[in-house]
Amino acid sequence: MPTFVYMTRCDGCGQCVDICPSDIMHIDPVVRRAYNIEPNMCWECYSCVKACPHNAIDVRGYADFAPLGHSVRVRRDEEKGVIAWRIIFRNGEKDMNLLAPITTKPWGKHIPQLADAPAPSQEMRDSEYLYNEPKYLRFDDGGLHTLESAGLKLKTGVYE
Amino acid sequence: MGYKTIVEDGIDVLVCGAGLGGTGAAFEARYWGKDKKIVVAEKANIDRSGAVAQGLYAINCYMGTRFGENNPEDHVRYARIDLMGMVREDLLFDMARHVDSTVHQFEEWGLPLMRNPKTGAYQREGRWQIMIHGESYKPIVAEAAKKSADQVFNRVCVTHLLMDEAKENRVAGAVGFNVRTGNYHVFKSKTVVVAAGGASNIFKPRSVGEGAGRVWYAPWSSGSAYGLMIGAGAKMTQMENRIVLARFKDGYGPVGAYFLHLKTYTQNGLGEEYESKWFPALEEMVGKRYLDIEASHRTHRPIPTCLRNHAFINEVNAGRGPIHMVTMEAFQDPHLEEIGWHNFLGMTVGQAVLWAATDVDPKYENPELTTSEPYVMGSHATGCGAWCSGPEDLSPPEYYWGYNRMTTVEGLFGAGDAVGGTPHAFSSGSFTEGRLAAKAACKYIDDGKGEGIRVSDAQINRRKEEIYKPMEHYKIYRNEITAGSVNPNYINPRQGLDRLQKLMDEYCGGVTVNYMTNEKLLHIGLKKLKLLEEDLEKVAAENIHELLRAWELKHRHLTSEAVMHHTLFRKETRWPGYYYRGDAMRVDDENWHVLTVSRRDPETGEYTMEKAPCYHLVEDKPEAAAA
Repeated sequence: MPTFVYMTRCDGCGQCVDICPSDIMHIDPVVRRAYNIEPNMCWECYSCVKACPHNAIDVRGYADFAPLGHSVRVRRDEEKGVIAWRIIFRNGEKDMNLLAPITTKPWGKHIPQLADAPAPSQEMRDSEYLYNEPKYLRFDDGGLHTLESAGLKLKTGVYE
Repeated sequence: MGYKTIVEDGIDVLVCGAGLGGTGAAFEARYWGKDKKIVVAEKANIDRSGAVAQGLYAINCYMGTRFGENNPEDHVRYARIDLMGMVREDLLFDMARHVDSTVHQFEEWGLPLMRNPKTGAYQREGRWQIMIHGESYKPIVAEAAKKSADQVFNRVCVTHLLMDEAKENRVAGAVGFNVRTGNYHVFKSKTVVVAAGGASNIFKPRSVGEGAGRVWYAPWSSGSAYGLMIGAGAKMTQMENRIVLARFKDGYGPVGAYFLHLKTYTQNGLGEEYESKWFPALEEMVGKRYLDIEASHRTHRPIPTCLRNHAFINEVNAGRGPIHMVTMEAFQDPHLEEIGWHNFLGMTVGQAVLWAATDVDPKYENPELTTSEPYVMGSHATGCGAWCSGPEDLSPPEYYWGYNRMTTVEGLFGAGDAVGGTPHAFSSGSFTEGRLAAKAACKYIDDGKGEGIRVSDAQINRRKEEIYKPMEHYKIYRNEITAGSVNPNYINPRQGLDRLQKLMDEYCGGVTVNYMTNEKLLHIGLKKLKLLEEDLEKVAAENIHELLRAWELKHRHLTSEAVMHHTLFRKETRWPGYYYRGDAMRVDDENWHVLTVSRRDPETGEYTMEKAPCYHLVEDKPEAAAA
């Protein structure tokens, strides 16, 4: 069913509803808590699991091929810039903790505000360059490749 | 119906779909259009939408020119071989020459790219792939798009493009509805960049029931890139070129890092290497130009993805399945074992869930592989999409009409899955294409090409009526029955999707027929698609969520029809292992070394097909051509 929501942990805040890429996390009008309305459109992408402030959402593998009794849990921390996973096998014999970085910079601080960047010159506009090019192509004096610089031409028909 | 009409007027660049292509377009548009109005419409939440919503563990398109690794033309040759020659080399070269600048920015924004401690270069997984910790890939690029855009409309599903009534064949914006409030949204815009997704779920999946969600490409990839553009009369190319993936069974976990970095390999159920025995016959079938075993051994020339699928499929059909991925050797190294698991957690958590559920520890057991149902998209090892103009300095006359990545509809641009003939763009290449499209769109506006657009209220109201029709239809006929989902006057979106998947599977070369089709089957398929189209006029939506599914289905249907027409047109088997034309089981370079181009007349629904020349990069000096 892919995702499901624990009754006692969910407070109906709607963070999962807000983030679900498939529009399948909805608030049940009777219990006023979230649930997966369309399990066969769930990708097990864990977006809602990661977004839930109460760890109320978990995943039970697809019923048509995954036996019960496993666990893959996650905690994502934007402040610390890391994500922590725990995988427990059905037979209990494997219990793994895995940690990975999710960013190397303070969140969003190093993304430029292009409205404030100097406006491109007419020469730049007429060129094939994109923003930050040619510098960001190689961080040296190298320019943009062209057919001429590569010693190539385009020819129709079968190539040999 | 009590839904409000919300009009956003005076937009310069409207981005439909904010995955990697759309975020790239929104970001870059601000640089070239300082004072332009840039608006994004996304049917989910931009922070976790598109195919990269759950993350990626690799950037699969990076040249590394900076580290002396590859040049753009190397990548073009690679993509050309992989796609059996059928690519747009101008667009590929253009994407490849810019893609590194995109990746270098990602690193600066905080995306964790792994480095090779010895060389200082990015950690290579393969020749084109670099390894990343990409769980937050999407939120990071979303941040960039949000900084650039004037406004991001989350949860607005775009259903149609608006067409200019002052000048024929010119785009004028788009319309859609908010999947939360139900409100009708009208975006009047001088240019539109369609960066919506390719299509999962148009061929019947191997899974049944719940597992239908565990498709390889995201279930929310509803072919809207194609549905929107086909609906507007844009020409499409290579729509027959669907892709079949060899992946870990059921979970569809990726195999790239396993093959390339962990050095795992495949074997049949008897523990034997099986690929090479299928190659001599295959060499015969496709010709030495596309499969030359000796040359591959000598020069490390890659064997096309589809041909490796072919060997897999035939080995299984010969009764020597299952095919296993031999992981037991690599996973003895704890470092590689960890990478193997991280690889799934970073992009296909479901595969980790499955192995935990079935106690499959790849250290002690070689997991099973399978070949997937077909998918229609344009940024992996396949190149479906719109027929777009290339850049001025690269493209031959047949490929150039003024603005880079502009479709055959004026002012309508594409990026990512939307652009045809550009396989192997992946995430970084799609973002790069978005940037290219955005620059071109700004130029189009600055050149005055978007002036004097007229959209009548009649057009806006006609679309509104059309959009909400499934809900009206439900209201009218629901009470004719007591309860349940069986109604003689309508089908619901799920029922429609099931029918689409079944007919695409059986008539257009899905898994249950071993990817086989022929002219007769395709004609029947087209007939059934027409009947489905009629029934889609009677699709019923109980609520706004179902209305979303109804429109996704309509986009999938338009996509499927194009796939069927293209498959019928190309009378050869160009990509054995993706699909087979049983009535033309060979590669036919004499007649079909061309790109297929289609147009659906928006008024009549009639298709016209044509061949377009296939240009290839060759050495300027003939004596060096041997390379």
